[in-house]
Amino acid sequence: MKVLLSWLREFAPGIDGDPGALSDVLSALGLTVEEMTVTGAMPGGVVLGRVLDLRPHPDADRIQLVDVDDGSGSTLQVCCGAFNMAVGDLVPLARVGTVMPGGLEIARRKLRGQTSEGMCCSEIELDMGADAEGIMILNDRVASSAEPGTPLAEALGLEPDVLWDLDVGANRPDALSVMGVARDLAAGLGVAFEPPDWSTPASGPDISEAVEVEIVDPTLCGRFVGRVLRNAPAGSSPPWMANRLTALGQRPINSIVDISNYVMLELGQPSHTFDLGRVSGAQIRVRRARDGETIITLDGQHRMLANGDGVIADGDDGVIGIAGVMGGASSEIDASTTDVLVEMAWWDPPSISRTAKRLNLSSEAATRFRRGADWGYNVERCMNRFVQLAVEQGAEVAPGMIDERGDLPDRRPLRVRTARVNSLLGTSLSAEAIAGHLGSIGFGADMSDDGAGIDVTIPTWRWDTETETDVAEEVARLHGYENIERTVPTGNEAGGLSTYQKDRRLVREVLVGAGCCETQPMPFVAPGALAAVGLAEDGITLSNPVDDSESVLRTSLLPGQLGAVAYNQRHFNGDVRLFEIGHVYLPAPEGQLLPDEREFLAVALSGEEAPAAVAVLDLLAEALALPAVEVRAAVLAGMHPTRSAEVVVAGRARGAVGEVDPEVLEACGVSGPVAWLQLDLQQVLEGPRTRRRYRPVSKYPPSDVDLAFVVPDDVAAAQVERALRASAGSLLARVELFDSYRGSGVPEGSRSLAYRLRFQAPDRTLTDAEVAEIRQRCVDETSRRTGATLRS
Amino acid sequence: MMEGYEKAAADAEERLAAAADIDAVAAIEREMLGRRSKFTEAKRKLGELDPGARAEAGRLLNEARGRVEAAVAAARARLAASGRADRYAAERLDLTERLPQTAPLRRGHFHPVTQARDRLEDVFVGMGYTVEEGPEVESAWYNFEALNIPDWHPARGSFDTIFVDLGQPEEVMLRSHTSPVQIRVMEHRKPPIYIVAPGRTFRADTADATHLPAFNQIEGLAVDRNITMGDLAGTIDEFVRAFFGREVKSRLRPSYFPFTEPSAEFDISRPDGSWLELGGCGMVHPNVLSNCGIDPEEWQGFAFGFGIDRLAVMRHEIDDIREFVNNDVRFLSQF
Repeated sequence: MKVLLSWLREFAPGIDGDPGALSDVLSALGLTVEEMTVTGAMPGGVVLGRVLDLRPHPDADRIQLVDVDDGSGSTLQVCCGAFNMAVGDLVPLARVGTVMPGGLEIARRKLRGQTSEGMCCSEIELDMGADAEGIMILNDRVASSAEPGTPLAEALGLEPDVLWDLDVGANRPDALSVMGVARDLAAGLGVAFEPPDWSTPASGPDISEAVEVEIVDPTLCGRFVGRVLRNAPAGSSPPWMANRLTALGQRPINSIVDISNYVMLELGQPSHTFDLGRVSGAQIRVRRARDGETIITLDGQHRMLANGDGVIADGDDGVIGIAGVMGGASSEIDASTTDVLVEMAWWDPPSISRTAKRLNLSSEAATRFRRGADWGYNVERCMNRFVQLAVEQGAEVAPGMIDERGDLPDRRPLRVRTARVNSLLGTSLSAEAIAGHLGSIGFGADMSDDGAGIDVTIPTWRWDTETETDVAEEVARLHGYENIERTVPTGNEAGGLSTYQKDRRLVREVLVGAGCCETQPMPFVAPGALAAVGLAEDGITLSNPVDDSESVLRTSLLPGQLGAVAYNQRHFNGDVRLFEIGHVYLPAPEGQLLPDEREFLAVALSGEEAPAAVAVLDLLAEALALPAVEVRAAVLAGMHPTRSAEVVVAGRARGAVGEVDPEVLEACGVSGPVAWLQLDLQQVLEGPRTRRRYRPVSKYPPSDVDLAFVVPDDVAAAQVERALRASAGSLLARVELFDSYRGSGVPEGSRSLAYRLRFQAPDRTLTDAEVAEIRQRCVDETSRRTGATLRS
Repeated sequence: MMEGYEKAAADAEERLAAAADIDAVAAIEREMLGRRSKFTEAKRKLGELDPGARAEAGRLLNEARGRVEAAVAAARARLAASGRADRYAAERLDLTERLPQTAPLRRGHFHPVTQARDRLEDVFVGMGYTVEEGPEVESAWYNFEALNIPDWHPARGSFDTIFVDLGQPEEVMLRSHTSPVQIRVMEHRKPPIYIVAPGRTFRADTADATHLPAFNQIEGLAVDRNITMGDLAGTIDEFVRAFFGREVKSRLRPSYFPFTEPSAEFDISRPDGSWLELGGCGMVHPNVLSNCGIDPEEWQGFAFGFGIDRLAVMRHEIDDIREFVNNDVRFLSQF
């Protein structure tokens, strides 16, 4: 909402002072100042000039010579680059010596031999608008009596002024008007708020002979006020009105439309005008629409209505307007209009809101009605203002006013407890102080007899305000948020992260320690991106994606990680180690509305092979004390079929490890290999852990034994290790694979696996005989269980 | 000759099925379908037949040719698949072979947004709060209705919500703020409640230097018997000084949110004396408490929320937040 200082002062003359200080008061009241500009300052040397003659410049095509009457009695020749003027036009003329808003000083000078004694100005040169194309033609914007030589500010009725652009919350319908802002600001400054009232003599036949109004649905329309104008003014508005509308961002259109906008901006009440001659039967019926009814609205659009939309119908029950949102074209005012019905109504906010949203049709009127307009005396004040402005411009008004009522909000006095207000705000305000604050913005506030509370009457311009808490907010606003003493709660106990959150941080630390950079790609992917990495194309789709290439929710972290690897490769960053912890969105289980959303972990190591990813898994398993982590060779979607395995933790599948399928890499424009690990982090962290129980460390020397086995390819190293552990018994302190070899000396279809076994007893040094015996047992048992043979 | 077509085709099919490599397939293809092949020769000779026999011979010839062409394609596909299978077989690794790995001695990096989030969590943990999380795909109840934003409310439009194709239209969405976590916590836990809820949020914003459709917020909620607006202002102040430094001041300005009342924006002071808007806050609206089964006559609370990404942007003077999602290691490794 934009407001002008001069306009505010018509409601509260005491509003005065430094504009910056006033801005601070407005913001502290919750009318946040987004922008403040000083307007209407016009350089003194700019006057009204009349074009007397136009001649081509003898030596320049793009300049013409203009003879201008500047009221001084002599004719000035001006060289001008614009060609939109005609002889007789009134234009702004900057005399020699004028300093323009941009700092340029106008001097007498010669252009290609011709003297120029001033400058004809465009809008942009005077800082009065954006038009830089032509010279401002002022014929219709100044009074017909205006003489050349009149200072432009005087001719246009401009005065230096302050324009504020305010951010007004949805709970403040009243502050979408100059009057409402003036009321708050006056209260904030402690000056009087005195809204004017207007009255106008009426003439001719009574309104009851001209029109009939019926509220068919009282839940839609709480109040319908109407008056009839005769000989409604046509043509443009007077300059002062056009200037104010322009300043507040409304383009002047014609007299009646401008009055309607002016009253809405000034007092907050939208109105609608009907050409009464075009309202069938001169009858108005306010009702809900039936499915399939249609209307052509003022903007020329053909619109289909639905059951529940509020409409204005005529005597034939045809729809001639969408209630509170936009009028119909069929009864629009035009040059032939004589009698005008002015409607000011109160509409049920949810009804208006739903219709505006359904039709995707917003208007200044709808914006106010959906926040709740005033339904009290102010409606009459607004109507009086409308009539007064119309009569000023030549209209006559019929005696009498239609005032039909439907269901209006019930606003009985509300008991507000002093103690409750103070307990909510942390203040110790007296009942009198609270009542004083409320009174300053038009709330009724009567002290109760027992002194414990105040009976508050909420004004009709505050539809959104209805509870004790709403009232407390008003008290806080007027008391000043900065005047509330700052304290901290005392009831909270020890804070902390959950085990899950701590473990997730540990995972990050382990991965950063392993040289991985944390990534956070967007969780959306393009249609087909899941299929491109070998996964089912079953991601949940977005209804209104920002970008069609980001319209599917991911079911795996693979597309995002490969995207990040590809990005780095494209930018010559070489091989990268990346990880991500993020949500995936799996299809909703039967009977559940929301998707099966889980937190996953992924690690992508470009230029590295599967064992690197397994090593990262081992790091995590050790750090988190995961029990019984196994990798079971498996063919998995998107993964290299012979270099991938399922990750099994405590008997449950929890993810995949290995390499990304080279064909997937090719499809994603990634040069491989890429080692890959993805875990359902949530299930892993919420699953069982090994308890780290103390085992005494031996003080006796260990004996290391190296054993190399020839192992057929279909026997996993894990089987060999299991066999070794089982046969070695309790004296085995450690077993480590230190070599895997294929080639001469090892038969085709097998490889040699070399293990170092460390034996150690807690209570003695092992004898050579003991070690030899265990060694033999290991060899025999491992051979028997796995088919491996000792490599000689 | 005519009866010969079928036999020749069957013979070629047999040989193609047995072909051991691509060269063998190519040779058969040349022999059967090439410019000097039997079929091409036969086609040339069709013109010598009388018109009655010509049509029948042509049909049989085309049929035989078609069979051979199909067999060639099948043989090629078979060999490609087996080539792939051979390649995969040759690349087979036993992932249970755990040889010692020598990783490069190079530290990785936490994402700058994670660092900001962790620092925020740590400050609030120090102030006695626990950290809660919730789903990123939410229902209209949690994202709007329970937060006192009914379907007709003017504030709904201001969220630029991204909806998903689940349930009724506009029933399921990517959460547009972290406030749904407030509801989820209050529905399942009795006060006193002191939590913060960081996480990813979404708005239908086109990505540019200052906007991303997915970004991060943190939400705070305190519900207890005697929580006041003074407690809110004091808590914001304590947080601001702990996070930004003791010299940084905070202030509250009246504002409007459907889920808090009174509502406020909170600003922090900058060294030049101006104020920077950081986030929104207020006293939890009684309707929100009631929606979660908490009696607003017995319990009062405050809530606040603000963006996390912006804090990382400010701290590191980042001029294009799209870098947060590009994941370029030259960017990530700066933090």
